[in-house]
Amino acid sequence: MENKEIVIQAQGLTKRFGDFIATNAITFEVYKGEIFGFLGANGAGKTTAMKILIGISKPSGGEAKVAGFDVYSETEDIKKNIGYMSQKFSLYEDLTIRENIRFFGGIYGLDRKTIKEKTDVLLKTLGFEAEADKLVSSLPLGWRQKLSFSIAILHNPKIVFLDEPTGGVDPVTRRQFWDLIYEASNRGVTIFVTTHYMDEAEYCNRVSIMVDGKIEALDTPQNLKKQFHADSMDEVFHQLARKAKRSE
Amino acid sequence: MKLFLAFITKEFKHILRDTRTLIILFGMPIVQIILFGFALTNEVKDSRIGILDYSKDEASQHIIHELDASRYFDIEANFSNPQQIDQAFKEGKIRLAVVFPANFRHSLFQQNTASIQLIADASDPNTATTVVNYASSILKSYQDEVLGEQTLPYTIQPEIRMLYNPQLKGAYNFVPGVMAMILLLISAMMTSIAIVREKELGTMEVLLVSPVPPILVIVTKAIPYVLLSFINVSTILILSVNLLDVPIQGSLLLLLGESMLFIFAALALGLFISTITNSQQVAMLASLMVLLLPTLIFSGFMFPIENMPKPMQFISNLIPSKWYFFIVRDVMIKGLGFKCVLKESLILVAMTIGFVLIALKNYKTRLE
Repeated sequence: MENKEIVIQAQGLTKRFGDFIATNAITFEVYKGEIFGFLGANGAGKTTAMKILIGISKPSGGEAKVAGFDVYSETEDIKKNIGYMSQKFSLYEDLTIRENIRFFGGIYGLDRKTIKEKTDVLLKTLGFEAEADKLVSSLPLGWRQKLSFSIAILHNPKIVFLDEPTGGVDPVTRRQFWDLIYEASNRGVTIFVTTHYMDEAEYCNRVSIMVDGKIEALDTPQNLKKQFHADSMDEVFHQLARKAKRSE
Repeated sequence: MKLFLAFITKEFKHILRDTRTLIILFGMPIVQIILFGFALTNEVKDSRIGILDYSKDEASQHIIHELDASRYFDIEANFSNPQQIDQAFKEGKIRLAVVFPANFRHSLFQQNTASIQLIADASDPNTATTVVNYASSILKSYQDEVLGEQTLPYTIQPEIRMLYNPQLKGAYNFVPGVMAMILLLISAMMTSIAIVREKELGTMEVLLVSPVPPILVIVTKAIPYVLLSFINVSTILILSVNLLDVPIQGSLLLLLGESMLFIFAALALGLFISTITNSQQVAMLASLMVLLLPTLIFSGFMFPIENMPKPMQFISNLIPSKWYFFIVRDVMIKGLGFKCVLKESLILVAMTIGFVLIALKNYKTRLE
């Protein structure tokens, strides 16, 4: 492994809810500018782990640093340096595209002028210029998703966390969405993405697979396929997921 | 500060762009006041009555005339035999029948005693009692008029004064009740729904992940509803003074101040509700069950609390709207000062603080 800048570092990160160990001493690193796929069946503990990393949940044990800040004591600094897109796309449907951009830019402390410039660029890139003053509720799902991602990286975060960003979207739109992700990654933004689609796992630089709260595999898709003698990530995932004892 | 304004602007856009809710918000107080003021009233006006007059003399005619002139009664029928009375009651034509015996005038003035039979339809007991009371008071005033100077040696003449509401108007009771209900609905239900809506949309999660302090998100959610509630208080007061003739006896400033206090209590409740649920439907149901029904039942505005069994009376103490209802009644109708509603105000303050603390605690545990 070449000498890369580490942006997320987790060491024995654990989260307990009573007797239930949602995240069991997971250890991994994410490098700057890479697309890191965070996979696992429902209930495997990936949402819990992600909540710790984005600073809205406190770990029960272990260490983790995100963008150089500690997940116990420096969550405010973490929040300033990351972007987040939830699986619900999370835009205000009764606000227009422009108003959504302005509002979310504002909560990350961007000033009026910067927001205006960025809005113009963003609308142009996405080809949304004609719809800028339309309500988000009138947009098709795929558009909302692209808009939501663009807003999540509006403030130039070091890392952007995507929680199942392509749920319920058709394959063509998903492909277009991944183009946006590649573009951001090329600009040096680190992408931390959870997904259920194994074809998307193939697009990632590296992939980790969680089973019952533990990371059971972590490598590039090519190496994982070799390691598990599988033709596709789908097969890799199934071999691992079969071992799972707990479900939803 | 810029952030604060951005949030407030956003909240107002949410509210203003939702026309249906907006109509409910501003239409509700007006409809309620009109409903309670005119349709749902305890007063029984223009009751249809029937007369059976065996006497047909000067005295009975005079009383019949008085009954007819009163705004409480309309004479629907003049009967000639008791069977007709029965028939009229069965058909639901009349609420009350007045029967004058033969020689009514003669017995009244010669024997100093005369009886009149009042027959009421008691299938609705409250109305029956009210109607009989109205009729009795008309008879009494006739008696006073006729017997005027010559006071009887051993009669007790109770002199009744209805304080604060001499005409016994229902509106005096309903206006404070409607105020409590509307404020609670708008402040508590609307705020809890607005917060839960963000949870449903997933935007709340995004806001929590952003560097914005959570308290700012909540406070800015509440502020537009404080303003709306205040507009509603004003609407209700203006309507009740001008339309229902219910005057504001006490200090207007005190009344508005106490209303603000109650708005805060309701907001705290709404906040609390929003921390225990994740769906708008549940928030709405919870608000209706926890807020609206108890307000109707336990605030004393529809059913007197004194008549309830002890455990129910105890429960009524836990309902914030009961205390606000008392305050409005004392200040607005009785014209009392702050000293007299101090206890109620302190209870509301304590409840507000309590709800905020529980809400914050819930909110924290969710993040853990």
